[in-house]
Amino acid sequence: MATRQKTSAPAAGGTAAQPQGVRDAVIVGGNRIPFSRAGKRYADASNQEMFTAALEGLVARFGLQGERLGEVVGGAVLKHSRDFNLIRESVLGSSLSPATPAFDLQQACATGLEATINIANKIRLGQIESGVAGGSDTVSDAPIAVSEGLRRALLEAQHAKTWQARAKALAAIRPGDLKPLVPATDEPRTGLSMGEHQAVTTARWGIAREAQDEVALASHQHLAAAWESGFFDDLVTPFRGVTRDDNLRADTSLEKLASLKPVFGRSLETTPTMTAGNSTPLTDGASTVLLGSREWAESHDLPVLARFVDAETAAVDFVHGHEGLLMAPVHAVPRLLARTGLTLDDIDFFEIHEAFASTVLTTLAAWEDPDYCRDELGLDGAFGTVDRAKINVNGSSLAAGHPFAATGGRIVATAAKLVAQRAAETGRPARALISVCAAGGLGATAVVESV
Amino acid sequence: MTDRYTQAVNSGFTKTLAKKLGLPRPAILRRYRAGDPLAVGPVLVVSDGASQKDADVLAQALLAWDVDVRRQPTDDVRWGAVLLVVTEAETPTDLAEPVLAVGSVLRRLAPNGRVVTVSRAPAEGDSPALSATRNGVDGFLRSLAKELRAGATGNGVVLTDGAAVGAGSTLATVRFFLSAKSAYVDGQLLRVGPAEPTGADLTTDRPLAGKVAVVTGAARGIGASIAQTLARDGATVVCVDVPAAGEGLSRTANDVGGTALQLDVTADDAGTRILAHARERHGALDIVVHNAGILRDKLLANMKPAQWEAVVAVNLAAQLRINETLLAAGLDGLHIVSLASTSGIAGNKGQSNYAFSKAGVIGHTRATASLLAAQGGTANAVAPGFIETDMTSSIPFAIREVARRLPTLAQGGRPVDVAEAIAFLASPAAAGVNGQVLRVCGQHMVGQ
Repeated sequence: MATRQKTSAPAAGGTAAQPQGVRDAVIVGGNRIPFSRAGKRYADASNQEMFTAALEGLVARFGLQGERLGEVVGGAVLKHSRDFNLIRESVLGSSLSPATPAFDLQQACATGLEATINIANKIRLGQIESGVAGGSDTVSDAPIAVSEGLRRALLEAQHAKTWQARAKALAAIRPGDLKPLVPATDEPRTGLSMGEHQAVTTARWGIAREAQDEVALASHQHLAAAWESGFFDDLVTPFRGVTRDDNLRADTSLEKLASLKPVFGRSLETTPTMTAGNSTPLTDGASTVLLGSREWAESHDLPVLARFVDAETAAVDFVHGHEGLLMAPVHAVPRLLARTGLTLDDIDFFEIHEAFASTVLTTLAAWEDPDYCRDELGLDGAFGTVDRAKINVNGSSLAAGHPFAATGGRIVATAAKLVAQRAAETGRPARALISVCAAGGLGATAVVESV
Repeated sequence: MTDRYTQAVNSGFTKTLAKKLGLPRPAILRRYRAGDPLAVGPVLVVSDGASQKDADVLAQALLAWDVDVRRQPTDDVRWGAVLLVVTEAETPTDLAEPVLAVGSVLRRLAPNGRVVTVSRAPAEGDSPALSATRNGVDGFLRSLAKELRAGATGNGVVLTDGAAVGAGSTLATVRFFLSAKSAYVDGQLLRVGPAEPTGADLTTDRPLAGKVAVVTGAARGIGASIAQTLARDGATVVCVDVPAAGEGLSRTANDVGGTALQLDVTADDAGTRILAHARERHGALDIVVHNAGILRDKLLANMKPAQWEAVVAVNLAAQLRINETLLAAGLDGLHIVSLASTSGIAGNKGQSNYAFSKAGVIGHTRATASLLAAQGGTANAVAPGFIETDMTSSIPFAIREVARRLPTLAQGGRPVDVAEAIAFLASPAAAGVNGQVLRVCGQHMVGQ
C-alpha cells in the first residue's frame, strides 16, 4: 500500500496522504413501516412519504433529531421521474440535519441490501461515521408512462420554434399512442415475467408444489410468531393506521395453500406449481437500517446489534445462458463464504429472500447438487446442505410481502437483531447469511455477525 | 376540540352581545410563555400581625424575582396578585383584618390575576383554636376562588411539619401558583413539607435541564403535551407508548428531540426495559410520568371482565409494577408523577373501573412517597378535570358543553395545563411536595 501511495501528491507536511485503514461497520438498528398489499392502505402514499415515515421512525427510535449523518442511501425500483432525488428529498423532509448528504441507488430487488453494502463500505473505509441504508417501493403509486409515439411527439413539439412546427409535431400523434403504459416487471430482454422465469427454474430443479407450500406456510407461521413475541416492537413503526404487515395470514394452512390455482408456468410441459400463495404478492412499504462505526455508536450511546462482515454480488446469464433468472445468489454465497473463511456450518441464520417459495428451494437444491456445484460454481463438489430450521426463522417475503427496494432493509435489520439475541442467549458469536435475488439475473449477499 | 363559545364571548360583536345579555363569559386564560412577567401586575402581600415576618420573607423573595411588591392596599393599581400570609395566625379572629384587606382589592384584581394563601396545616396536638384557624383557610380559599372572575384563580400553599416560608419548595410553589403555568389550577391547596431542594434555581426557564424523563402514553393528547413541556423545561424525554401507537409516538419523540420506546406498559418487564433504555441511552433516570391510561366506560351491572381488567391493568397495575422496579433500582432523587383523575376523587357514573384505578393511583402515590423520600425523591399525582383532547371531543355536544361550564373557570383545560403541573411537580425545586394530589380542573364542582 505504501508503494502505491508514492504516486499520489504529498500532503501538507511532506508525508503522503493516508486514507484510514479498514475498520468495522456496525448495525445499530432498523426501522420500517408495516408492509401493506398493493392498492390497499398505502394506495395513495408516495415513495417519498413512505421512506420519510420509515426514516422518521428510525430518527425517533435512536434520538437522531438534528444529527448530521454521513450519508443516507436508498432507492425505489418503481420510481417517478420527479423522484430523481428521492432519498435526499426524504432527508429534507425528516428530522435529520439538512446537512445530511444522500443519494439514490438502485439494484432492483437488491436495492436495500446494496445500499447497506454501500454505507457499510464507506464506514469501513473511514469516509463516514454513520449512515442510513434503505429503500421504498409502491406498486399502488407507480408511475405511468406515455407511449413512445406520444412521448416523441410531445418532446418535438416542445423543442419546436414555430407554431407550424409545433402543430406538425403534434399532428403526428395517432390514437394508439394515447394508451398509457403501466409499469411491468417483465424482463426487458426476454419479455417473460419474473414468475415465468422462476417457473422454468422450478421445473428444471423438480421442486414439488407441496414443498413450496410448506415454505409459504412456515413463512406465515414464523412471521406471525415473531409479531406475537414483540420481535418487531423496535423494528417497525406503524404508518397510516397499519400496525402489522397486512399480507400476513397467521391462520393459513397447507390445505388452504393447496387449494390455490397455479399462476406461473402454465405453458410449460411440466405440471405448474407456483401459486399466489407460494409467490410474493405486490406490496407497498419502506425500510431503513442505521449503521455506524463502533466509535460513533459508542459516542452516541447507541446499541450495536451486529457487525457487517462482508458482502458479495453476482450476476448470471439468463438471457443466452441456461442459468435461472433468480440464481445469482447461489453463485455469490460460495464466493462470499470462501473470502470470509466461513462454511455453511458457521452460519446460525439464513435469511433467503422468498421472491418465490421455489427460489429458496432451488437455491438449496443447487448447493446440494455436486454436478451443478462443480460445473456452474467451480467447486470441488456439493457446496453443502442448509439446516432448514435455520432458514427465515422469523418469516420472510412470502408472509411480510415484498416492496422491492424495501426488502433488503427489512432483512438486514431482522438478521442483525437475530444474531444479537442469539449471542446474548448463548454467549457465543452468532452469524447470519443474507441472500437477495433480483431482476436482471442479479443477486446480493452478505454476512452479519454479533458483536 | 376548540371551545367556540369561549372564543365568541371574548371577541367582536358576539362579545358585546354576550355582555348585554349577561351571558357567562369564560376568560381566555393566560398561559406560560418564556420571557413573560411572572404576574400580570403589582403583587400585594398582606398578613396578620403574627405572620408579619413570614410575609417579609416572601415579599423579599418576590422582589428578587423582579416583581413589583406592595404592602398596602391602594385603589390606584390593577393588582396582578394578592399573597395572603397567615402562617402564624393562632385564633380565628386573627384572620379578619388580612382577609378583609384582600377583599378590599378584589374589584381591582387584573384579569388572570392570582390570590395565593400561605398557611400552615393543622397538626396533631394543635389547640382547638389553632386547628380551627388553620383549617378555616381551606374553606375560605375554596370559596374565594369561586368568586374570582376573568381568569383569576385562587390557590393555597399549606406548609406541613414546620416547613419554612423561605424554603425552596415553598417559594417554588408560591411561584407556580402566581405564574401562568397554573392557569387551570383553581381552588387548590397544596401541602408543602420541609424537604429542601438542592441547587434548584427557581427563576430559570429550564428547571429540568440535564434531567432524563420518561413519559408513558406519549403518542398523543396529554402525554404528547407532557413530553413537550418537560423538553421545553430542559429534560431529555423518553417517549413510551404501545407499539400500535408508534406513528404518533415517533412524531412526539422527534418533536421534543427525545427517543421513542415502543412498549406496552403492562408487560412484565416494562419497568426493566424503561430503566435500561433511560440508563443506556441517556445515562440516568430522574423523572417518570405515568400517563398511559385507558377508558372502558360501562355501568357496573353491564361490566364485562375484560373491561374491568384492562382498565386496572393499564391504569394501575402497570404503574405499581414499574414503580417496584424503579424503587428496587435505588435511584437518587427520582420524581414520579402519576395521572389520577377527578373521577377517582368524586366518582363518576359508568366509570367504576376507571375511578377504582385512578383512586388506586392516589393510594399508591401516598404510599410510594415515603419510600422515595429516603432517597430525595417524590411521588405525586395530578388529577385533571375536563381537558380538551381528542378523547373528550368525542363526548356528545350537550354533555361536553355542560362539563365545560361546570368549573369555576367555566371552560375545559388544555393538555398543556396538566403538563405544566406535572413539570412543576417533577422539578427539583418541588422536593418538598411529596405524596400530594394536585387537581388541574379549573375548580370543577365535583369532589374536593
